[in-house]
Amino acid sequence: MNLFLDALFLQAGYNAALVAIGAGLLGFAAGASGTFPFLRKRALISDAVAHATLPGVGLAFVIMVALGGDGRSLVGLLAGSAATAWIGLLVIEWIARRTRLAEDAAIGAVLGVFFGVGIVLLTVIQSMSAGRQAGLESFLLGSTAGMLLQDAVVIAIGGSLAVFTTWLMRRPMTLVAFDSDYAASMGYDVRRVDLLMMALVMSVTVVGLKLVGLILIVAMLIIPAVAARFWTDRSSRMIWIAGGIGGASGYLGAVFSASAPAMPTGPIIVLVAAAIFIFSLLFAPERGVLAAIVRHRRFQVRVHRLQGLLALAAEHPIREAYTLRLLAREGLARPDGVPTNAGRAQAAKIARDERRWDVAREVYQDAGLTGRYDGLTPIEDVFTSDEIADFDHRLGPPVAVESG
Amino acid sequence: MSRMAQPTIATDHGHSIDPARAPRDTALAIHGLTVSYGEKPAVFSVDAAFKAKGMSAIVGPNGAGKSTLLKAALGVIPRLSGEVYVFGETIRDARARVAYVPQSASVDWDFPTTVMDVVQMGLYRKVGLLGRLSGPVRAQARECLDRVGMADFANRQIGQLSGGQQQRVFLARALAQDADLYLLDEPFAGVDAATERAIIGVLKSLKDEGKAVVAVHHDLATVRDYFDHVFLINVRRIAEGPVETTFTTEHLQATYGGRLAATHLDELAVADGAR
Repeated sequence: MNLFLDALFLQAGYNAALVAIGAGLLGFAAGASGTFPFLRKRALISDAVAHATLPGVGLAFVIMVALGGDGRSLVGLLAGSAATAWIGLLVIEWIARRTRLAEDAAIGAVLGVFFGVGIVLLTVIQSMSAGRQAGLESFLLGSTAGMLLQDAVVIAIGGSLAVFTTWLMRRPMTLVAFDSDYAASMGYDVRRVDLLMMALVMSVTVVGLKLVGLILIVAMLIIPAVAARFWTDRSSRMIWIAGGIGGASGYLGAVFSASAPAMPTGPIIVLVAAAIFIFSLLFAPERGVLAAIVRHRRFQVRVHRLQGLLALAAEHPIREAYTLRLLAREGLARPDGVPTNAGRAQAAKIARDERRWDVAREVYQDAGLTGRYDGLTPIEDVFTSDEIADFDHRLGPPVAVESG
Repeated sequence: MSRMAQPTIATDHGHSIDPARAPRDTALAIHGLTVSYGEKPAVFSVDAAFKAKGMSAIVGPNGAGKSTLLKAALGVIPRLSGEVYVFGETIRDARARVAYVPQSASVDWDFPTTVMDVVQMGLYRKVGLLGRLSGPVRAQARECLDRVGMADFANRQIGQLSGGQQQRVFLARALAQDADLYLLDEPFAGVDAATERAIIGVLKSLKDEGKAVVAVHHDLATVRDYFDHVFLINVRRIAEGPVETTFTTEHLQATYGGRLAATHLDELAVADGAR
């Protein structure tokens, strides 16, 4: 526990602090820039883009060694990974646009082929120049061992640029994600906006390669956005909520993995994000599962109460046991279905509203108003008290409700 | 594509005009437009001219290329051949004068955005990337919402709206663009009667302001009531002109072929004679 608190407050050593800060920044950038690809329903393209970084890492290593340099130069490796990721993205886009293949087929093909080529390259490199290639395979699942200040700086700069660009381009990206035809009709270049979304995904992937690895980075791009969707109905806020969730996942994940021996950072970060997602799924106030269940129950109660009262007003027997229990519980009827005084009063009110509705539908043939004659909408919500008084006038004097 | 689609009525297509002489009193001029999905033309060598003032209907059977015609005219989908002029300019130069109302079924209504946000989308071009959406911009958007009778719904999430309300919000978004030419794709599809009246009221007021309204329309029974110009299409242009002279049994037969029952045609013809 002490270890955890130390890590949480960045007291667990230089490397652990660097990792926690880097992972937090990366998580924020990934969450924010993953929002629009998710809303555009192109989340899986980012997985293909991430996998397409691998051959670039291998090629960059080979080229740098061939030129007589140090194959492990981070900037060189990242540039290589960005190059092949971009090629993979363009190939997907080209296949989907120019051939009869659907986008999912293109995603599958590019993901598999590029990843396969990358693995082959890595294997060849390992067999050829043993000793100099150390660490290349860590790009698969990420590694925190020996994280340098330079790595954190790369994340900070790349991540900030991605977040800034997401913010700057939020309007075109919102338009394209929501209604691409309309965006095109206004003169926005939909293809370029789409490529920009993916370029942001790619840049986050590339700067996150060393820390989280290319296999799991897609989770950091998508899960925060999916979780954020539960908490807001506005895309402009979703960017920041997703960023916050991603940042918290990154930071906490790094802290957890630092406070337990031999825990892999990338997967732990993903698990923290998944925990936040599950929490959101269950407990979000509007869209969460629990809220939906509660809403449905309340609605059911309303329907049963109303139907029960209508039956009381019409002096029909109530057959449904649930309705009877409900009316009894609310003191509107006895368990055998005989209405109490309170029940009789409410039944009379509902019967009168039904008659008012009948008049209203005769007077106002406007489907927009009478279209709300769904049995549940109170008449007071649709018509003003003056209008209702007018209906009552047309109905004539109130009729005494016969006692049951 | 059917043999009915190649009658004698379609005539003067195939010529192109000098852009400098493209008529400015024509809101939307289309010359020799062909759009193809794969190697099957959806729209073939179509000429059309929609006047700068008034309401025009694009009418034809399912798959006749009505929506395709609109999208190609707007440059939303690429055209294989042909030219399009909006008030005598290319669509690229005339974007600010055109507003498009897509089919409301074409978008995901669970998208995280509010009614107000959607209407403000119509102002994105005007405010740019960094302009603030506050004060006058919000007021303008609210005014457009008010015009379609949706002001009370400004802060609703769009998924909570009925189909008719969604369609009205789309219309409000187009109004926010303050255009001179409004292109609508089936604005009355699947809406309730109140919405249909609200929309037609707004469209007629646009016409009275001297704007051009062009709508893909599927309800033959209301063409005469709503529109003054009609364009009949079934992949090729069948006929075009004032509703009184063009919306005839003969032209409808040519447009719909056997798909329109003879009795239905007679009814429309009776309506024709009754006027």
